[in-house]
Amino acid sequence: MPAKKLNLRKRYGLLTRGMGWETTHQKMDDVFPYDSFEGIKITDWDKWEDPFRLTMDAYWKFQAEKEKKLYAVIDSFAQNNGQTNLADASYLSAIKLFITGVTPIEYAAHRGFAHLGRHFRGDGARIACQMQAIDELRHQQTQVHTISHYNKHFNGLHDPFHQFDRVWYLSVPKSFSEDALSSGPFEFITSISFAFEYVLTNLLFVPFMSGAAYNGDMATVTFGFSAQSDESRHMTLGLEIIKFMLEQHEDNLPIVQRWMDKHFWRAYRLLALVAAMQDYMLTNSPMSWKEAWDVYFVENGGALFEDLSRYGLKMPKYHELATAEADHISHQIWSVFCSLGNATGFHTFLPTEEKMAWLSEKYPDTFDQYYRPRFEYWHQQQKDGTFEFQKGLPQLCQVCQIPMVFTEVQTDPMQISYRVTEHGGDKYHFCSDGCKDIFEHEPEKYVQAWLPVHQIYQGNCGGPTLPEVLEWYKFTPEDIGNYIGSQDHARWQEWTGEDKEVKQA
Amino acid sequence: MSDKKNTVFLILQDNDDARPIIESVEQDNPEATIQYQPGMVRMEAAGRLVVNRETVEENLGREWDVQELHLNLISLAGNVDEDDEKFELAWN
Amino acid sequence: MAVIAKDGYIDLVRDRVENFHGNQLVYVGWDDHLLFSAAQAFPLPPEMPFQTLVSEVMASVFNDHPDFQKIDWERAEWVLDGESFSPAMEASLKENGIGHKSLIRFKTPGLKGINGLRL
Ligand SMILES: [Fe+2]
Ligand SMILES: [Fe+2]
Ligand SMILES: [Zn+2]
Repeated sequence: MPAKKLNLRKRYGLLTRGMGWETTHQKMDDVFPYDSFEGIKITDWDKWEDPFRLTMDAYWKFQAEKEKKLYAVIDSFAQNNGQTNLADASYLSAIKLFITGVTPIEYAAHRGFAHLGRHFRGDGARIACQMQAIDELRHQQTQVHTISHYNKHFNGLHDPFHQFDRVWYLSVPKSFSEDALSSGPFEFITSISFAFEYVLTNLLFVPFMSGAAYNGDMATVTFGFSAQSDESRHMTLGLEIIKFMLEQHEDNLPIVQRWMDKHFWRAYRLLALVAAMQDYMLTNSPMSWKEAWDVYFVENGGALFEDLSRYGLKMPKYHELATAEADHISHQIWSVFCSLGNATGFHTFLPTEEKMAWLSEKYPDTFDQYYRPRFEYWHQQQKDGTFEFQKGLPQLCQVCQIPMVFTEVQTDPMQISYRVTEHGGDKYHFCSDGCKDIFEHEPEKYVQAWLPVHQIYQGNCGGPTLPEVLEWYKFTPEDIGNYIGSQDHARWQEWTGEDKEVKQA
Repeated sequence: MSDKKNTVFLILQDNDDARPIIESVEQDNPEATIQYQPGMVRMEAAGRLVVNRETVEENLGREWDVQELHLNLISLAGNVDEDDEKFELAWN
Repeated sequence: MAVIAKDGYIDLVRDRVENFHGNQLVYVGWDDHLLFSAAQAFPLPPEMPFQTLVSEVMASVFNDHPDFQKIDWERAEWVLDGESFSPAMEASLKENGIGHKSLIRFKTPGLKGINGLRL
């Protein structure tokens, strides 16, 4: 008779505990130099437990299985010329923004968790972070592999990592991840597991990926869902870390609360790009940004915080404003991209009649009143041949680094929201009280921000003219500008024999 | 405190592997609602949702390890309690 | 409060005015004209006359809007860093109290954008 298999709890205990020891030649504080300077007090690391009780052997087995399934789909997508089954090639702008703006954050998350996998004092937590580091690397790799198929046929996908470090709108995700990476391990895990995984990836990898499937992109939806299966483990685990911090010492509560407030707002601002992807870049959207926000933040985030309230934790500051803005931000971000489309590495296009009808229906309180008129005006200009991209460079928020396009949605949605503070004799401008609060708590950190517009004017971005800057970004003339009339559009017409206009229903 | 229970959910890929799990959820959680969205299936319930190994094995006709759930999992909400017999989501 | 971050944080203010090669940054936002999604950023010599800012710098961007040619500059209302002010057109930016990273907002009474919709 074979030996009886140990149960899950026992296996987990054996494979995650007793792997570390009290060091004697070196002081523990020297071996783990990073896990105390943030002020988080831990008295018993063994109290921390992975709710999935995942052990390394099981991890490898299941991850290998996931990879096999994913690569089978990617192969068949390539063999069957899956790119020709897309709803419309204009949709690929979303994929271009994804590979340049999101995939590099996966890599940043990998780096951060690899660091935590070494530097947390508790061995159970270290093992979980090591697995997560491998997951995040896998996400980055599978995204590059999947999207490389589109790179054979379309522009704008050739150098995402170079662009992540340079391009004006990509400084938004870059600064988000570097803010977390440069903080201590507990703040990093709060930022990534709560703000990035729980709030951001649920909105990006669930409704957006479902949208990818809806538009015939079977490759993207497969890597998206495959990644999100890891993410749901990450967010569960990260929330365990948050609860663990709160249970370990009462002094940890105000620190954790401030991190929740800060990283919620930072991730939420980054999500404005995802909002535009969801509402405007998806040819057909099964769900609007606002609907997604209601389900995955208002309802699900609300439930989470009700659960966390027993530890004294409150909903993140300014969450009401974020919910009020859900009626606006996708329109505001797509407007700024459309007006600066000669400097974006993806093609821009105006929403069609059908798309605007859908937006009116999904945003009855805002779209027709505030946003439809500008798109109709630009449509008319395009018809008349008078449309021009804007010539200047926008003012940016010092913290989120997004152009200052957000408005006073609660009082006057047509008034830009301006906030300012002084530090060391200089002025700093912000899009919101959320970004201003973050700056004022750690001004020394954010006075160092690499703001793309300012960097261009300091002469650090290839030259003073737009073509020089774009070359420095490695944007080719074929990558930028309107979708209609682009090489991508021409190729799409060759395959489909039609689609002279953007197709959105 | 109110009696209103917050929603827990489990989202799986809409594929053949997930079907016996979805059926098990329907059997073991009669009050759960099942929504099909492009590429995915969202199962939600007030307060609690459970996937039982035994039920899945009956539907599947073979042994099933609870951790196989990870293969088709997309997302979830609620506190997780997993052991050899079941995978449970709950808000308390 | 000092920054709480891993080692390697040095004292660096990236946008000090000295880094702009003799220029200073000035932001200009045209209220009620949201076709321009955000205020515009310009690197300008502090000695530049305010009139040049209006007729050359601002015009280089805002002139694409049909309202720009219709502006009666006598009636324009100006706000500098949150305070209303009356610029001396011939005086320099500096003499007008416009500093590095100042934000200038202006309203153009009677001009409410495309179809009066504040665009
Ligand atoms: Fe990831
Ligand atoms: Fe993750
Ligand atoms: Zn901001």
